[in-house]
Amino acid sequence: MKIRTMIRHVREGFKNITRNGWMTFAAVGSVVVTLLILGVFLTLALNLQAFTKDVEAQVQMDVIVQQGTSRSDIDSLEERLKSLSGVKSVQFVSKEDGIQILKEKLKDNADLLTGLELENPLPDKFVVKAADPRDTLQFAEQIRTFPFVDKVKDGKDVVEKLYNVIDVIRWVGGGLVIGLVFTAIFLISNTIKITIFARRREIEIMKLVGANNWFIRWPFFVEGLLMGALGALIPISLIALGYSYAVDAFKNTLIMVLPLEGLIMQVGGFLLLIGAIIGTFGSAFSVRKFLKV
Amino acid sequence: MKQWTHTRSNSLKCLVEDVSKAMIEMQDVWKTYPNGVSALRGIDVKIGRGEFVYVVGSSGAGKSTFIKLMYREVRPSKGSIFVNGFNVEKLKEGKIPLMRRQIGVVFQDFKLLPQLTAAENVAFAMEVIEAPRKKIKTRVKEVMELVGLGSKLNALPNQLSGGEQQRVAVARALVNHPAVIIADEPTGNLDPETSWEIMHLFNKINQQGTTIVMATHNKEIVNTMKQRVLAIEDGQIVRDERMGAYGYED
Ligand SMILES: Nc1ncnc2c1ncn2[C@@H]1O[C@H](COP(=O)(O)OP(=O)(O)OP(=O)(O)O)[C@@H](O)[C@H]1O
Ligand SMILES: [Mg+2]
Repeated sequence: MKIRTMIRHVREGFKNITRNGWMTFAAVGSVVVTLLILGVFLTLALNLQAFTKDVEAQVQMDVIVQQGTSRSDIDSLEERLKSLSGVKSVQFVSKEDGIQILKEKLKDNADLLTGLELENPLPDKFVVKAADPRDTLQFAEQIRTFPFVDKVKDGKDVVEKLYNVIDVIRWVGGGLVIGLVFTAIFLISNTIKITIFARRREIEIMKLVGANNWFIRWPFFVEGLLMGALGALIPISLIALGYSYAVDAFKNTLIMVLPLEGLIMQVGGFLLLIGAIIGTFGSAFSVRKFLKV
Repeated sequence: MKQWTHTRSNSLKCLVEDVSKAMIEMQDVWKTYPNGVSALRGIDVKIGRGEFVYVVGSSGAGKSTFIKLMYREVRPSKGSIFVNGFNVEKLKEGKIPLMRRQIGVVFQDFKLLPQLTAAENVAFAMEVIEAPRKKIKTRVKEVMELVGLGSKLNALPNQLSGGEQQRVAVARALVNHPAVIIADEPTGNLDPETSWEIMHLFNKINQQGTTIVMATHNKEIVNTMKQRVLAIEDGQIVRDERMGAYGYED
């Protein structure tokens, strides 16, 4: 294609946006609404995802060493734990450390523990974290068979329940996002179809005076791309604005929210991509039907 | 009269030069519309290069259908159609635009794009063939002046009278110097004076070698111009005369 033809198509695409004012308004409006809903939901889903990851990362196990195990045996156990592939960290907490930690926890009532220092009933232990928190229970099973291990406290009941809840949250969230993406695609391409249906006569005339299909399609491509991008920019700005307030509101609370920039890059990029893709291909696809003249 | 003789001999010369390849040829063409109306029944016709042909017949006789078959707006139920060497019905989809660019059509319902100005409507036919912008600008102005609309370049179709819209349609049909002009009642909305202006324009273009096929109800024009006349009645060609007359009393 000649460059001036390409320029003509782009110019024509821009012109059509203003020429078909109300139709463009309706199409962009439907893109804005659907992408806004999708964007808000995506923001929530991403935060939920980050939150569950955070919770998961706190899962760990205590490997209790048998009373009276010698120093060198403890060292070799540590070596063995560390050599397990898929273990992220192994931290030794001696009896004495244990008392210190307990003391700090009790603070004012620490004197309750005075007698214990002489005849410390606490065991030595290792705190073990798996690289993938989901492997914790499996590692626990394995570590139980190691020598000098008294028992492994993996909080199995709690962890399993936690995982179940997280799984449900993720599946439901993911399902809703996918559902919304398809709804958005459907709604947007349908609106575009209507705007193009209104112009089927125009397409027919173009064909009858000898335009080839690509000549007709290109301006629609450009127009669809513009409508999709325009329709995405509005919800992106709204979400950025709303989210910056949310970040402020949750600043000094226990609820962790993802930082603004990263989230807007992700959500905004996604919305822009969806808007542009559906706009472009929705138009091209809808035009196809009317090209058979 | 001198000029007239010149036209004939010119057309005839073209015919002789290229007898094997008519500009338009139909072989046993039938058209039945989906609603069961049988609009054309066994059309056999040859129109040579450089000819000027009037298609006459009463309303509903099948003139528009006959014309629409030539640029494939309507598809025949049966038969073959050739236009300037293209086998219209056997064309691959991608070649259809090439075939249509050989033909300038003045549609009975004008088919102007309502959101484009008169000049843009004409320019559009040139943009389609990727003509340079400068050339488009000068040529569009030229043909708009030719049809007497030099002052209405920027009017939208709904700001123009029926006759003016018709002349825009004529200008669009001429703009690319097509090998053949097919016009469906191009003077239908024009006053006698403007009708004659358009006819003189067509005549001039025909003298330059362009084939012209024109459906019309205008008895005076047909009788005065003394060109080939095809009369269609009830979907069939009932008369084909070299220097014919309108032949109806309407
Ligand atoms: N799209 C269509 N669907 C069904 N029937 C049609 C269609 N177009 C034309 N017809 C019918 O075919 C017949 C021929 O119509 P056509 O338009 O060719 O006539 P015409 O000679 O051009 O008439 P006019 O002088 O009024 O323009 C008519 O009976 C008409 O009703
Ligand atoms: Mg007709």
